[in-house]
Amino acid sequence: MPLSQYILIAVVKIAIALFVLLTACAYVVLAERKLIARMQNRWGPTRVGPFGFLQPLADGLKFILKEDLIPSHVYKPLYIDAPMLSLTLALTAIAVIPIGQSVTIGNANIPLQITDVNIALLIILGLTSVGVYGIALAGWASNSKYSLLGSLRASAQMISYELALGLSLIGVLIGAGSFSLREIVNSQAGWHWNLWYRGQFVAFFVYLMAAFAETNRVPFDLPEAETELVAGYHTEYSAMKFAMFFVAEYANMFTVACLATLLFLGGWDGPVFGPAWLMVVLPVLWFVLKVILFIFVYIWIRGTLPRFRYDQLMAFGWKFLLPLALANILITSLVIGLTA
Amino acid sequence: MTVPLSYYLVLSAILFSLGVLAFVVKRNIITVFMSIELMLNAVNLSFVSFAAHWHRLSGQIFVFFVMVVAAAEAAVGLAIIIAVFRTRETLNIDRVNLLKL
Amino acid sequence: MHLGLFIAFAVICVAGAISLVAQRHPINSALSLIVVMGSLAVLYLLLGAEFVAAIQLIVYAGAIMVLFVFVIMLLNAGAEERTRGSRVAMALGVPGLIVVAGVLMYTLAGHTAAGQDQLAIGATYGPPVAIGRSLFREFLLPFEVTSILILIAIMGAVLLARYHAAPAPETRAIDPDEAGDLLQLAGTHGSAAGARERRRAEHRMREREVTR
Repeated sequence: MPLSQYILIAVVKIAIALFVLLTACAYVVLAERKLIARMQNRWGPTRVGPFGFLQPLADGLKFILKEDLIPSHVYKPLYIDAPMLSLTLALTAIAVIPIGQSVTIGNANIPLQITDVNIALLIILGLTSVGVYGIALAGWASNSKYSLLGSLRASAQMISYELALGLSLIGVLIGAGSFSLREIVNSQAGWHWNLWYRGQFVAFFVYLMAAFAETNRVPFDLPEAETELVAGYHTEYSAMKFAMFFVAEYANMFTVACLATLLFLGGWDGPVFGPAWLMVVLPVLWFVLKVILFIFVYIWIRGTLPRFRYDQLMAFGWKFLLPLALANILITSLVIGLTA
Repeated sequence: MTVPLSYYLVLSAILFSLGVLAFVVKRNIITVFMSIELMLNAVNLSFVSFAAHWHRLSGQIFVFFVMVVAAAEAAVGLAIIIAVFRTRETLNIDRVNLLKL
Repeated sequence: MHLGLFIAFAVICVAGAISLVAQRHPINSALSLIVVMGSLAVLYLLLGAEFVAAIQLIVYAGAIMVLFVFVIMLLNAGAEERTRGSRVAMALGVPGLIVVAGVLMYTLAGHTAAGQDQLAIGATYGPPVAIGRSLFREFLLPFEVTSILILIAIMGAVLLARYHAAPAPETRAIDPDEAGDLLQLAGTHGSAAGARERRRAEHRMREREVTR
């Protein structure tokens, strides 16, 4: 197709994806507050709008209208750049995540993915790796001891669990034979999900634990725990910059949940029936339902578990998850090598 | 219009010479170390451009090994820098010029 | 468009490298180097090496430079000062740089692209499958040797950067006067009435320390 048409379609897809992602982040915050409230036997936000549905709007307005302080003792260029870096990298990962099969509009066959690259999984791993900088530089630029300690801990935690994250995906890759996310989902078609059909339940467990640690969520949220480090690396941030970190964290959560669905739960695989338009919409619906399931598990664990101490956290990542992921690779390759 | 091979090689040469300049001029040990990484990257660019030119994959394999060696060297080198800093309390290479403390 | 992309990212590379030399604070140099590595990853994509581009981002920009940034943050490296040595090096180095770069560029620019032409965008030549096959067949021995190299590097780094705690205070015999003061200190702990005794006992202990 001609270049101008390609660019137009890409821009439309980017706009829709960003809008959906940012709205979803805002409403996941609301869902988290309400779900955790119910688990703790209280109501969540109920005042703003019916059942508190306009609460994210109120929060957004608050963040925009709040005074944007820059303390005098910070290192200004990095202080302003770090949250932007964090948010940009978190939102870029959505570019390679497919949500369904292709859609045919007019004469163009448009895959439901912003770009389909051969190394999509490596790109997401690369974005998570470079995403550590947002946190490390934020803590350093804030020029305060709580921020520096929090950011050093968070960065060390993130780079330790990146190993387990990457290694847990190798079992999936051996089964699928490609780094492209669309290929991996297609290899799981027909209920041959990686979770049970290819026996990657250990890899699934390792991936889930590593994903919790990568996104700094409970039980691995020591770097931003209020009782430990005031607020960790975002102590000195307020208003819009804090909102950027906040949205970046939830966007990372989304990316990880989408990856888990694509790699272990078959992506958009599910019963498909009905007329042509329904056959396009239903896979997207199954994908969204699975992602919502993961987000619910995230929120559920946050409401249930206490947090790890820092040395327990590092020991868990290096001494338990890493050997487990390696053993998973070993056994998977043995099984595939002997039965192929 | 495609890009001729010599453009990539000239870019690699410029980056390498800037790395050598940084190695000679800078006084902070860590910056000197970073200039070594810049030189390694320039060489990686040469390898990859030759691999694309001659359609042989060995250039990219060599880049893989260069990256592994650079990672190992960076880890050990930074550990040495930390050890030196602990005893001498300075990161200026002009002051770390005697074996005696 | 291929040429335009190359020029754009080549300019970013060179600007980052000049910034590495020109900045005085090491954290700025580190960030410039990260920019150089990112634009080099894009240049690798232009050359069709997609796997190498991805691992450049993951390994170099995402792990090695994080290590550099950590060390700069830990050691709290300040801005560099201009010493006599650095001025001499700058005076000799910049002309030297121009000479070296000039010689290299003259040699390389004369190398016309004989034989195959450059690749168009999208026609990749470095698929992970081919690299994997190559690594595990022809290059298996270097691959295994580098794994041992990494193991040695890990052990070396842990050993060299280990924190040595301060030596334990030496134990010595306690004479009876000191024992009496110590017991008095322990016994009057916390009580207001024993505060004066405590102060006297501490004063005696301090004098004993000074004369020792």
